[in-house]
Amino acid sequence: MPGKLKVKIVAGRHLPVMDRASDLTDAFVEVKFGNTTFKTDVFPKSLNPQWNSEWFKFEVDDEDLQDEPLQVTVLDHDTYSANDAIGKVYIDIDPLLCSEAASVISGWFPIYDTIHGIRGEINVLVKVELFNDLNRFRQSSCGVKFFCTTSIPRCYRAAMVHGFVEELVVNEDPEYQWIDRIRSPRASNEARQRLISLMSGELQRKIGLKVLEMGGNAVVGYLQCFDLEGESGLVVRAIGTACTLDKLSSGSAPNTNTHMHPNTAPASNACNSPSKDGKEPVFGEDLTSSSGPPTPFRALPTTSSSPPPFSPSKPCSRQSSSSDTDLSLTPKTGMGSGGSVGKEAGPLKTLLRQQTQTALEQREFPFFTLTSFPPGFLLHVGGVVSARSVKLLDRIHNPALGNTRSYKLLDWNSVTADEPETRDAWWEEIRQEIKSHAKALGCHGVVGYSESTSICEEVCILSASGTAAILNPRYMREGCLDIGITDHRFEEPSPPSCGFCHIPYDELNMPFPAQLTYCYHCRRQKVPDVLFTTINLPQEAAVTGKGCLIQARLCRLKKKAQGEVNATAISNLLPFMEYELHTQLMNKLKLRSMNALFGLHIQISVGENMLLGLASATGVYLTALPAPGGIQIAGKTPGDLSNEHHILTIQKRINDTIAKNKELYQINPPKLFALDPEVFCGINMELTEEVVGSPIPEPRQRSRLFRSHSESSDELSELDLSHGKKDAFVLEIDDTDAVEDIHSLLTDAPTPTGFYSCNTEIMPGIYSWTSGVQMFTSVRVFRLSNANLTNQGLNKIFTDLCENLLKSFYFKLRSMIPCCLCQLNFAVAVPEEELIQVAVTAVAMTFDKDQAQEKPADKSTTKGGSETEEQLQFPMELCADASSANTQPSSKISGVPESTNVSSRAASVDYGSFADRCSTWLELLRLKAHTIRRGSVKTSRRTQSLAHSVSSLEHCSPLPEGRSRSLRSNRSFRGSPVTVVKMTPLSFLPGTRIIKYLGIINMFFIRETTSLREEGGVSGFLHTFIAEVFAMVRAHVAALGGNAVVSYSMKECMLMENPNKNQAQCLINVSGDAVICVRETDQEPNPSMANIGQTCASGTDGAT
Amino acid sequence: MAVELDVFVGNTTIMDEEVYQLWLDGYTVNDAVKVRMEGGVMEECEASADVLLSDTMDQYRTFQMCERLLHSPSKLANQLLFQIPPNRQAMLIERYYAFDDAFVREVLGKKLSKGTKKDLDDIGAKTGVTLKSCRRQFDNFKRVFKVVEELKGPLVENIPPIMRLLLISGIMLPLFFFANHRFETGKRKLQYLTFQDFAFCAGQLISNWTVGAVDNMVEDMDVDLDKEFLQELKELKVLITDKDLLDQHKSLVCTALRGKTKAFNEMEANFKNLSRGLVNIAAKLTNTKDVRDFFIDLVEKFIEPCRSDRWTAADMRLYLTHYNNSAHILDTFKHQAVWDRYMVVIKSCIFKMYHD
Repeated sequence: MPGKLKVKIVAGRHLPVMDRASDLTDAFVEVKFGNTTFKTDVFPKSLNPQWNSEWFKFEVDDEDLQDEPLQVTVLDHDTYSANDAIGKVYIDIDPLLCSEAASVISGWFPIYDTIHGIRGEINVLVKVELFNDLNRFRQSSCGVKFFCTTSIPRCYRAAMVHGFVEELVVNEDPEYQWIDRIRSPRASNEARQRLISLMSGELQRKIGLKVLEMGGNAVVGYLQCFDLEGESGLVVRAIGTACTLDKLSSGSAPNTNTHMHPNTAPASNACNSPSKDGKEPVFGEDLTSSSGPPTPFRALPTTSSSPPPFSPSKPCSRQSSSSDTDLSLTPKTGMGSGGSVGKEAGPLKTLLRQQTQTALEQREFPFFTLTSFPPGFLLHVGGVVSARSVKLLDRIHNPALGNTRSYKLLDWNSVTADEPETRDAWWEEIRQEIKSHAKALGCHGVVGYSESTSICEEVCILSASGTAAILNPRYMREGCLDIGITDHRFEEPSPPSCGFCHIPYDELNMPFPAQLTYCYHCRRQKVPDVLFTTINLPQEAAVTGKGCLIQARLCRLKKKAQGEVNATAISNLLPFMEYELHTQLMNKLKLRSMNALFGLHIQISVGENMLLGLASATGVYLTALPAPGGIQIAGKTPGDLSNEHHILTIQKRINDTIAKNKELYQINPPKLFALDPEVFCGINMELTEEVVGSPIPEPRQRSRLFRSHSESSDELSELDLSHGKKDAFVLEIDDTDAVEDIHSLLTDAPTPTGFYSCNTEIMPGIYSWTSGVQMFTSVRVFRLSNANLTNQGLNKIFTDLCENLLKSFYFKLRSMIPCCLCQLNFAVAVPEEELIQVAVTAVAMTFDKDQAQEKPADKSTTKGGSETEEQLQFPMELCADASSANTQPSSKISGVPESTNVSSRAASVDYGSFADRCSTWLELLRLKAHTIRRGSVKTSRRTQSLAHSVSSLEHCSPLPEGRSRSLRSNRSFRGSPVTVVKMTPLSFLPGTRIIKYLGIINMFFIRETTSLREEGGVSGFLHTFIAEVFAMVRAHVAALGGNAVVSYSMKECMLMENPNKNQAQCLINVSGDAVICVRETDQEPNPSMANIGQTCASGTDGAT
Repeated sequence: MAVELDVFVGNTTIMDEEVYQLWLDGYTVNDAVKVRMEGGVMEECEASADVLLSDTMDQYRTFQMCERLLHSPSKLANQLLFQIPPNRQAMLIERYYAFDDAFVREVLGKKLSKGTKKDLDDIGAKTGVTLKSCRRQFDNFKRVFKVVEELKGPLVENIPPIMRLLLISGIMLPLFFFANHRFETGKRKLQYLTFQDFAFCAGQLISNWTVGAVDNMVEDMDVDLDKEFLQELKELKVLITDKDLLDQHKSLVCTALRGKTKAFNEMEANFKNLSRGLVNIAAKLTNTKDVRDFFIDLVEKFIEPCRSDRWTAADMRLYLTHYNNSAHILDTFKHQAVWDRYMVVIKSCIFKMYHD
């Protein structure tokens, strides 16, 4: 009996009228946990009942505590007939089971009914008393913390990263049970909600057990998904990264992620064990030379020879041979790396590699769901690895399909769909493939790993993707707990700002064709020409200019088919889709003059008659990588004059676009490194010229030149000249398809001024976030009217759909300019034959328009020179301020924007003006309050207030500046007891510090209506539902004592409509981490951003 | 090919004040889009008509969902469905309960009953206010009146803060006052007066002639006129019945005015008539029926004669000031306090009502 759950029902408010005669309600409440139910008294004739019930006590196993939700049902008492349900509240009590999370749940919860939506609110108090249970064989895993955040949560320190955990549970879907034919839609919906709640509880418990087994105490990057497989059942699966987390004392804040200067870091870290101190340098050294062959990736291991060389993933489809190929490759890679060791560094490297590998290889899957890492964790990144598999969902009691040939994608042998083993085996297969891909890239780990499915009828595409990487073994080793900050990190051979770009595979044995050059940053090791990853941009990475969202969109028609034929058709299409998406991405990347993609997410959705592919990523220019070549158009049929002319025009347009984009994203790599290697080693004259011509103040530039020159000189001999030539990417126009492609390439509208967008956590190149945050969800469904569509037509429609969505975001959020849309997460689906659904969740964040306002003079100079604002200003600023220039560590690469110094100044300006606005607003408020007071006293003065009434009305209306809201205005306005809860898909809120994680929010809702028209059509219906989901999430967070949700995401939004019957149904699954955050008050650098200093200053700026 | 569904939901509810106003004014989505296009938002953010349409639809939907909450403003503050910053909430309520002057002018003095609702169409046609907006404003009246009427005890104390805000916003109070006394405002001769004129006058009456006006301690927002005062007003009759007093008053005023205005001759000629008119209005105010005719009397007895003599507003000011002040010099006139209390209101009302 290890737990006692106590519940008290306090009151209700805004209840709906249930008794038409009296216009009132006789409400009472049933509280149910497991199989025990308690009831409150009936509170007669009130819409705002005060039950003030006793404490209802449930004595339960902690296993149940983890699995079961607390179910609170509000009913209307009826003497003569059955009591009517008003609605329900499901409360997940998991957060109460962890000592570090919430201690009590108390607050107003919306009463939710699957047919009517929110119907009033109820105030509930929940507590749990846990007894210690040391039973070794226990089935519960209370105390394991769960985080959706895909990085080490702030205010924790990763003592140890254990690795991948996964689990799935399967059940029959209540919607498809026979009983569904006789029960009401409400009962069916509730059964489903309850079941899924139970299943996710169970899943979390099981994962928790695995974590305990591994010796961890937390799951980070917890990703839980539902597969509604229709008649074959309901799968709830989850993956995550098991860690041992230590809580940081509130004072010392999140050092783990803090980006520190190499010089200061060691000093602050006095607690290293001496033994480590002795040991580290050794590792440092050997890493230096050894970590050599890391590379980016550009195309995938072309293991299975059939798909074109670029395909970044191997659509795993059928050939079981594919995985064989991988395996056979693996040994080769191993040998290859051995060779390179001999050449470069000798035995130490081998040692390191072995250690690393053993540490990881003990694990079945060296996967990490994290996308951001503590500095030093990630040594090298190989590239994206992905695998897809098409499966037929076998129907229960339908073994007829089982007699076909043994085809990998059909698991005939597994018995019923209800057995999780089948699904486990499917995923196992895919993970193996990912693992072998990673090996082929010379990597022993996969980071930024995620899994997804797309289901249409009985066909299911399973996808997994991640980024192959070499990780720092220290995080993996037992007993080595002190890795939060290591003093020696920065002395490692590969500077943190470029180290991860270095190729991990062997140069002589490249898994795919890529052009390698020496790193443009450190000049010591090889880097690829392009790098694709699924992770966030590492904080320490050196980036030139700003990043931007890059999307590749694709539609492919397919014939309608059934069963195996359908599955085969799909798996045949997949490689081509992947290839085309990849080509599109590559072209768009070059068009923006960038050389790396982060946060790459490729989604392929299957519908009855088409496949949709959407790849989103954030493009950046990594300083360490070579500048991308342009795009060259070539015609296949020379001689045709008009054609040639046409090609020339296109070529010109492309060149113009590239130039425009360079300016837009401020991509202007430091001159020195942009030089071709030949030029570099060849003509020194040119270098000097370059210096003179450069608008960067001379002395500084010269020293920099000199230094880097000397640094790289010893390696000059090794430069591979053949790669020096920047290659132009050649596009051949030989048919209309190609023309279409190019057109689509050029039609991507640029983001309006003042806006940036990315799908990663933060925008590369923007560091000065202010606290304006607006999270939003938008859904669009497009109906294709014409059945005779071509691929091209479809592509255009799909592209327009996405582009228009973005345009409408920019328009809606125009009041937040300058702002950046972050973590733009697109989810596409084909809910019905002729429908395309796109759901987007993202956050708009305001930032400081940096130095522009402060130094107009500088700006003009900037315009004079062709240099970008940023680049010019930094050096100038540093020079002007001699002392700060002096303190610059000599190793600093000045090409990297050094924003810390500058931003605090810029901010102060903005803050001042803001304070002004703020005070006027407050004054107005005071004025208003005054008027009100006057009004209550009847003196002749009132005449005045009346006389001015009209004009004062205008004056008093809230200022248009949305951002000038102070918290104080909260208080001055009567009764706003509703806590403001901010939501964001990011792992942090700018301008604030997370001081406590209260537990995971994982909610599943169903809403159904039989009066679609009356609710404003599908749009009205979904609008209300999404607003209700937000409201319920906020209420739960507030009840836990939190004021924000981070890492929020909408996992599922499944809408089914039948306008003819006036019906619609929608399922939404959301998750996130409930947190308490406080405004940054001290000058502590914010973990995510080098310079949060000013954000805290503008703390009053509380736009929510 | 069509967008079948299009929604955008922010964690903080996004509301555009301009669109809100269009919605309140009863524009249809398409009309609103047109207005916005003409307003030039499109250039602001490189938007297209589609984007504007989609945004307008979204906002209209949001407002419709909010409307239920706006009907009981106190709910808006503690509902959970929309996260709206407090100052936005205040804006929503203020604007929702705002009235078109043209509309109010029509409703002024009418009994708020079902009958009027049928006339909303007419009012709409006459004032150019859309029917939808008329309906909203009318329903708001009834809603607020219901609240005010149901309250017992001191009005200002018990009134919900939001309603209080509305009362002070200068519209509800005059309306309530006018409805209470059923002032005649609809006559043709009064048509030229705007609601603002009436609202101002109501304010004057409330702050000077009601019970609370004298005694600051009375917290009751009693909009009844001070009965005692009205009785005392009868005493002013002496100014016109006593011939000596009348002549004396006239000569005092004329001395002061001589040479200061072009309209002097007309003033001198008309003095007795005008004075009689004003004092008679005062003397009749004990009669509820005559209170109703207060404004029409002012116009007929004073404003119209002056206007036919082409007095300027400045003339009017000058005349009334001296008319008021000279009475104090009359040694046989004892009712200075009552006179002042009366004239303060009369003066400011006439100033307001006298349009050049």
